[in-house]
Amino acid sequence: MAGDGTPAAVASRDAFGDALVRLGEIHPEVVVLDADLSESTRTRKFAKKFPERFFDMGIAEANMLGVAAGLSLAGKTPFCCSFACFITGRFDQVRMSICYSATNVRIVGSHCGVAIGEDGYSQMGLEDIALMRALPTMSIIQPADELETAGAVEYLVEHKGPAFLRTTRQKLDRVNKDGYVFQFGKGVMLADGKDLTIVATGGTVGPALKAAALLAKDGVSARVINIHTIKPIDVDLLAKAARETKRILTVEDHQITGGLGGAVCEALADREPVRVRRHGIPDVFGESGTPEALYQHFKLDAAGIAAVARDFVAGR
Amino acid sequence: MTLDGPTLTTLRRRAFDLRIDNLTAIAAAGSGHPGGTLSAMDILQTLFFVEMRQRPAEPHWPERDRFVLSKGHAVPALYTVLAHSGYFSRDLLPTLRHLGSPLQGHPADFLLPGIEASTGSLGQGFSIGIGMALASKLDGDKFRTYVMIGDGESQEGQIWEAAMSAPKYNLDNLCVILDHNKIQLDGSVVEIMNIEPFADKMRAFNWNVLTIDGHDYQQIAGAFAEARATKGKPTFIVAQTIKGKGVSFMEGKVAWHGVAPNKDQLAAAVAELRAAQALIEPADQGGHSGPVGGNA
Ligand SMILES: Cc1ncc(C[n+]2csc(CCOP(=O)(O)OP(=O)(O)O)c2C)c(N)n1
Repeated sequence: MAGDGTPAAVASRDAFGDALVRLGEIHPEVVVLDADLSESTRTRKFAKKFPERFFDMGIAEANMLGVAAGLSLAGKTPFCCSFACFITGRFDQVRMSICYSATNVRIVGSHCGVAIGEDGYSQMGLEDIALMRALPTMSIIQPADELETAGAVEYLVEHKGPAFLRTTRQKLDRVNKDGYVFQFGKGVMLADGKDLTIVATGGTVGPALKAAALLAKDGVSARVINIHTIKPIDVDLLAKAARETKRILTVEDHQITGGLGGAVCEALADREPVRVRRHGIPDVFGESGTPEALYQHFKLDAAGIAAVARDFVAGR
Repeated sequence: MTLDGPTLTTLRRRAFDLRIDNLTAIAAAGSGHPGGTLSAMDILQTLFFVEMRQRPAEPHWPERDRFVLSKGHAVPALYTVLAHSGYFSRDLLPTLRHLGSPLQGHPADFLLPGIEASTGSLGQGFSIGIGMALASKLDGDKFRTYVMIGDGESQEGQIWEAAMSAPKYNLDNLCVILDHNKIQLDGSVVEIMNIEPFADKMRAFNWNVLTIDGHDYQQIAGAFAEARATKGKPTFIVAQTIKGKGVSFMEGKVAWHGVAPNKDQLAAAVAELRAAQALIEPADQGGHSGPVGGNA
């Protein structure tokens, strides 16, 4: 808790690492693989607690994904972890060994988005959603805060089929209420509004909520929807928002091509055609900088999102 | 371990039936990979009829030994052996590669009992086998895992990631077989991208390495027995094989890597195989090579 009673911000990678330890306790079938990044992906706590169920496969992600597939085919529930960008580099292994082999591997791609900051583009997961979305049977979850991450990881232990969990390095403000229950495939309306709907995911949900507060001061009423399950996406909730607010602004720390924005457009095109503005990384490479400077630069902070929303509502 | 006379005879004679069914299925499909199926056939037969603990009527039996065909394009050979083992009817074989058939051009594990992993993108099955072997270790080492890779396939980087990782976990329940037929798609392995000295490389990676004639049933069965007896290390079997083995006009020919025989070619191949089979006297009824699972 911060001094004012609001819960402390927690990175989803930390919430993931803690949830893994809790679940490892009750689920002996849970095993964890990492590729020399256990300190960064936060699997180290699990490794310390359950060394016999933790496999550091070295800097060899292709083999790690295949070994995870084999563990799953023989009855284990593997969480297979690296930076999201290094997982997408082994897309064929995900496609063949994990999806087409009908496994229950949970891939955890950490360090997503430009919000990782100073390390720059080579370490930023910016295309992972687009690639994972293209794979039959693959589910994609990106939690927005600590509670949601814990709920998602707990859910994933039981989930049937392969899944991709996208976690952040940066701390995430609490956006859900105490007692929040994670529901796979269901979007969450965090604020109601009528002029537009901001659809955000993961690390941009907090800033989107703050942007809605800024917009309210200008007389713009924004609905905010958190899409933690990007695949399968909650078409019903999105269609309702499209009908009622007529404008959808998608906000994500990912390329605007094929990510949340793409998923929303594809879902609505057939169901409830609506004007959609896709906001995120605009088909460019990420770069080095502090996370704050980068969110300002890419207009992913509250002020930036509010500015984009104002333009959208004003028809600019 | 030595196979007794009747068992050996049964295996040798069945090898011709298997090769014929395999080529007939490929011919019916109109496409496929004769060369690499024929080089692998004797090893596959030994696995399923002598070495592995299997229950074809209960294909998901948790304690069954696992086999992963990493060189997935050779799957017609595996389908044939599975059918002869009783996993499914031999009538399915000619549906190979036809729309709606569970006998996909490359293995799809969710469509057919006996297929343990989906492969076909070379380089990946080795790792999957390691995962299975690790899982077995976690659960009290109740089953063994076998993987077959190709020599051309071994040019993939993931093969060497996998080779590095299995000894770390002392996976003595894992046995990887190299179908070393010396030919890949574009030509000879030595000329395309030499992988020799393969056995030395695997020894340097801390594997127990055995080199055998991959068409000699005594040697194949003996190597599997030795692998089973070896503790603390995974075993790698370099099986010296002949691409297209058994059909004189296919043997050692790059051209027969990925082309189906036409009607006349199939007829010639079948005639040659039947004639060779006729030279082997059938075993007495007492042959020990029952349908499946010598160690079951
Ligand atoms: C990653 C990948 N690249 C290319 C191919 C196409 N391909 C299929 S078989 C083959 C040659 C395989 O040679 P080898 O491993 O020696 O097999 P064998 O001779 O035993 O049939 C190639 C290149 C593939 N299936 N996967």
